[in-house]
Amino acid sequence: MSLTGLTRPWKDFSYGFLDASAKRELRRKMLKAVAVPGCQMPYASREVPIARGWGTGGLQVTCTLLNPGHTVKVIDQGADDSVNAASIRRFLTRVSGARSTWDTLEASLIQSRHRVPEEILREDQILILQVPNPEPLRPVEPNMSVARQMHADADYGRMWLQLYEQIVRSGRVMFGAAYPSLVHGRYVMTPSPIPRWDVPKLNMARHLTILSAGREKRLYAVPPYTRVEPLVFDDVPYKVEEHGHLTCYRSGLKGFFMNEIPQEDGGALHEVSDSHLGIKAIRQGDGEDVATGDTWYTNGEMGQ
Amino acid sequence: MTLALDAPRLVQTQPLMVLSGVSKRYGPVVALDDVSAEVYPGEVLGIVGESGSGKSTFLRMMNLEELPDAGTYTLDLPDTPGNLFELDRFARRMLCATRIGIVYQNPHQGLLMRNSSSGNVAERLLIAGERRFAVLREKAGDALAASEFPLDRMDAPPIELSGGMQQRVQLAKAIALEPAVLLLDEPTTGLDVSVQALVLDTLKRLQRDRRITMVIVSHDLGVIRTMADRVMVMRRGQVVEQGLSDQIFQDPQHAYTQQLVHAKL
Ligand SMILES: Nc1ncnc2c1ncn2[C@@H]1O[C@H](COP(=O)(O)OP(=O)(O)O)[C@@H](O)[C@H]1O
Ligand SMILES: [Mg+2]
Repeated sequence: MSLTGLTRPWKDFSYGFLDASAKRELRRKMLKAVAVPGCQMPYASREVPIARGWGTGGLQVTCTLLNPGHTVKVIDQGADDSVNAASIRRFLTRVSGARSTWDTLEASLIQSRHRVPEEILREDQILILQVPNPEPLRPVEPNMSVARQMHADADYGRMWLQLYEQIVRSGRVMFGAAYPSLVHGRYVMTPSPIPRWDVPKLNMARHLTILSAGREKRLYAVPPYTRVEPLVFDDVPYKVEEHGHLTCYRSGLKGFFMNEIPQEDGGALHEVSDSHLGIKAIRQGDGEDVATGDTWYTNGEMGQ
Repeated sequence: MTLALDAPRLVQTQPLMVLSGVSKRYGPVVALDDVSAEVYPGEVLGIVGESGSGKSTFLRMMNLEELPDAGTYTLDLPDTPGNLFELDRFARRMLCATRIGIVYQNPHQGLLMRNSSSGNVAERLLIAGERRFAVLREKAGDALAASEFPLDRMDAPPIELSGGMQQRVQLAKAIALEPAVLLLDEPTTGLDVSVQALVLDTLKRLQRDRRITMVIVSHDLGVIRTMADRVMVMRRGQVVEQGLSDQIFQDPQHAYTQQLVHAKL
């Protein structure tokens, strides 16, 4: 008698790397997060084969949502070809049988670090943002249980005070990435370190956004058609980065969020940060038949 | 205003604040034992008593910072019915932020020491929902000016200010929303005598100009005598005597009060 004789032949019982009970917990927490927009839900963050701080939160959400019918896109600061994005993408397709893409239009799930794609996302797409620090109150309240109570009471005076202090000290609002925003008029969330440029894209968006922090074990969501309002005073308007007038030196695209590439002569070139949008523009220029979707910004201005 | 006009006012008006049967223990320590008080609109109630007699604890209850083991608390304001000790945490916090102002002896307790002074005042306005930066600046400036704080320093953090100035920032913060009652817990203790006199002057002027209802706690009879219309004497968590200021100081009835007054004179 051998051990093999006693056991059934090995068969996949799950896919997407995580076991079924881990995925069930994450699904429940995601449903809760959708039910209470912007409210942070704690979850038992599992081990995944990348280091904490490299997108483990996003990865767990993606692994849970993924099935062989999905097409997944992974971006790191807008780029599909960074080492981190490529590794995560390869991992995801291998463990789930899902297809992968660089094209925002083709993707059903988009896992992203620090950017929202420039092409308008649809109702059938889900954006998963990797979050390092989910707690917007941390700078004003280091005690996390007090912070939770402040969220429960919608006690955001100190948050607004931070804004006041920045304007008094520096003459302008200093929040850059991760601009604190009020979700559905109730919870203040940090939209992960996306630039100010990307925050308005979350407001009344057609797509679902799930934000997940693996190290901090929290996830939260912005459901479709939900208000996301950056905290601003009535008389000090919200300003996005001044990229509207910049032109991408490779693709010729203009009016999108750009990466700055410093040059030896002290000047700088600019390259469109949503790298595949740039690639599509170049291919179109070469006469290829590639589709580009409508974009949130037109000529550097956010549409209504 | 003459006494002849003042006395009937005290007699006729409804009290603004009524606390009754307030008790609080901390383990074996009885900090408050069945304490009651009434405060009338526009008057200044002084609370004196030796250290540890429960004065600060009583003030914290008035500020709804802490809840007693027993007792009731009502404020005669349009939108605040019932026993305030029974409000939920959220309602208590809103009431405390918008209708009650407090100045603590220790400015660290009342101020964010590293934020700007104007910001400390503006926070109150922000809690009340003000979202216009220009209005925040203006109103914070007004409150600081009313507290006789030098406006060229309005953006300095309290940590860089003198003790007297820190108390003025606390005062500005406390009056920014024109509260129904202003609570002062030893506001001048620990200040130099000359500074103390200036801060008391400011308080007196505010009281005269705005008729703010105040409760002032001190172990210093001199401070109470300058400020208070009525005095409550506390000892070991109980009220041993209360009455009009002049009456208490000239004709103290309780042995403890007599001791206090004579020690002072
Ligand atoms: N948070 C607390 N925990 C334990 N004991 C306290 C607390 N607050 C006050 N006490 C005690 O209650 C009594 C009254 O204190 P307090 O109200 O501060 O007196 P006062 O302000 O008149 O000096 C004191 O014996 C004090 O030690
Ligand atoms: Mg005290």
